[in-house]
Amino acid sequence: MEHLELFFKSIFVDNMVFAYFLGMCSYLAVSKKVSTAVGLGAAVIFVLTVTVPLNWLLDQYILQEGALTWLGPEYADYDLSFLSFILFIATIATMVQLVEIIVEKFSPSLYNSLGIFLPLIAVNCAILGGSLFMQSRDIASIDLALNYGFSSGIGWFLAIVAIAAIREKIRYSNVPAPLRGLGITFIITGLMAIGFMSFGGMLTGGDEETTSLEPSQENSVGMLEEEKGNTNPTAETLVVSDLNNQE
Amino acid sequence: MGLKENLHKLKMKYEGKKMAPAFNALHTFLYLPNMITKGGTHIKAADDLKRTMNTVILALVPCLIFGMFNAGFQHYAAINGMPEDMSFFSTAFWNMDNFLLGLVTVLPLVIVSYGVGLAIEFLFAVIKGHEVEEGYLVTGMLVPLIVPIDIPLWMLAVAVAFGVVIGKEVFGGTGMNILNPALTIRAFLFFAYPTWMSGDKVWVHEAVERAGTPDAISGETILGSYAQNSDVMYSLQDMFFGFIPGSVGETSKLLIVIGALFLIFTKVGSWRIILSTLIGALVMGLIFNGVVDAGWIQEGSKFYGLMSVPFWQHLIIGSILFGAVYMATDPVSAAQTNKGKWIYGFLIGFISILIRVFNPAYPEGVFLAILLMNVFAPTIDHYVIQGNINKRKKRLKVKTA
Repeated sequence: MEHLELFFKSIFVDNMVFAYFLGMCSYLAVSKKVSTAVGLGAAVIFVLTVTVPLNWLLDQYILQEGALTWLGPEYADYDLSFLSFILFIATIATMVQLVEIIVEKFSPSLYNSLGIFLPLIAVNCAILGGSLFMQSRDIASIDLALNYGFSSGIGWFLAIVAIAAIREKIRYSNVPAPLRGLGITFIITGLMAIGFMSFGGMLTGGDEETTSLEPSQENSVGMLEEEKGNTNPTAETLVVSDLNNQE
Repeated sequence: MGLKENLHKLKMKYEGKKMAPAFNALHTFLYLPNMITKGGTHIKAADDLKRTMNTVILALVPCLIFGMFNAGFQHYAAINGMPEDMSFFSTAFWNMDNFLLGLVTVLPLVIVSYGVGLAIEFLFAVIKGHEVEEGYLVTGMLVPLIVPIDIPLWMLAVAVAFGVVIGKEVFGGTGMNILNPALTIRAFLFFAYPTWMSGDKVWVHEAVERAGTPDAISGETILGSYAQNSDVMYSLQDMFFGFIPGSVGETSKLLIVIGALFLIFTKVGSWRIILSTLIGALVMGLIFNGVVDAGWIQEGSKFYGLMSVPFWQHLIIGSILFGAVYMATDPVSAAQTNKGKWIYGFLIGFISILIRVFNPAYPEGVFLAILLMNVFAPTIDHYVIQGNINKRKKRLKVKTA
């Protein structure tokens, strides 16, 4: 159940593109054709699936405060978490190099159409974002981390495939000249994010949080702050606080 | 014929000038144009864009009129109490008081929606120098039907401006938009002014003012009551006929079914989408019923109320029927291929009920589900077409081999 919830949540509710707007550069640049978008999306899924569990191990056994206890009791109060950015990026860069070699070997055409964006996955913020979210959300076990990496990758994949299909569809539309290209793509992304808001708030307001929502206004405001970035509780919390005011 | 001639003269006078599209639009909107093409063969078809749009509007008019009566009826029912056991033609519903109150509350919504929307359409036509397109006619009719009765008019105006400009004109006008403009407008209202769009005080005229006074009865929608696990005070008959609070035009399921039959008969609405949406909703409802029957969810759970609704009742509460018939079938933003339409519709129904039951932030998810599937419609189409191409390639290979 926990896995299922995390899976659904990372694909739809906390979608990398539409909830956090991460990984926008390659999302905007490589979404002109569905076939290339699928290729890049698959590469992102792969890299995320591999790097998030690896970084989870790094985090658990090297970086966290007290993570080095396994070396001996004298290391118990070391806190290396200031190294997490550089180590995470190192893992990611290695994995991207690996993907690049594999893609070049097995699909030269995809390699050519992805061009510079394949090595740039290394600095795709969705990838580093995945690892950092994994760290900040205290994902409990390695299989959950694997699940998280895989499903956020799928969320990103869905987003880029959908926008590529839309951009293929509007290729012959009479878009006003100043908006052609990136401008209209940004607008489409915004509109798509509205569509994705349908899942916002799902799973965040489950049974255990019901109690915190109802009794008082402070709680609902607190909840809003807790879930910043998660745009959705606004509708609910506003209505709830409004009702509380009237009562 | 005086007006027509005058319009024609005006049009000729402004021919080639900047304002030409505006006059041209007014002329063709009211009359058949004087200009006739000469020579050549023509494809003659009765179902041009204007005809298609008018068919949808015709199907919507009963909902609008019912909405007017219902606005008044709900208002007086909230003050005087609900009459018992009404039949569809009951005079407690169809009387002048109800209609007049409905007229003064609903008509301004229609006027603002059309006024703002068409003004923007004219503006864009003049700037871009093309003819005014008929696309807004249906949107402008749908918008007043899917908002709560007491929505302030300026909010509606802002939302319409957003929906028409960002939702449609930046893509190049009618037929190019990726999301349904009417739903874009509703989504904008919902996220920008949530207190005016949901809750239990907005669905009945002046319910906000009456809140707190002793004679205030709740104007809670049926979905709202279920979501709070409280009892529903309306009978199935009321729900089907539409004597319930809700957005202006969505309440009467009977009239929506009639409208749907009309749209299917005239081949304007796609029966595939309507049918598959309803199937999707029923399947999801059945799954939730199964969850309740299996005892996986306790009575105290906040989802219990909506999950235990018999699956077929999901169709007559909330706005799923209205969405399926008038929104999902929008030929521009829906999937274009036949197989794609089945998938598209099924997912709309499925996700609508999923949001309705599982998402505590939104009381009703039909409009968001349709927007979401609008986003994915091109993807579905792409893969359906790609599948066909691959199938034919394979067939060709078999033949040549």
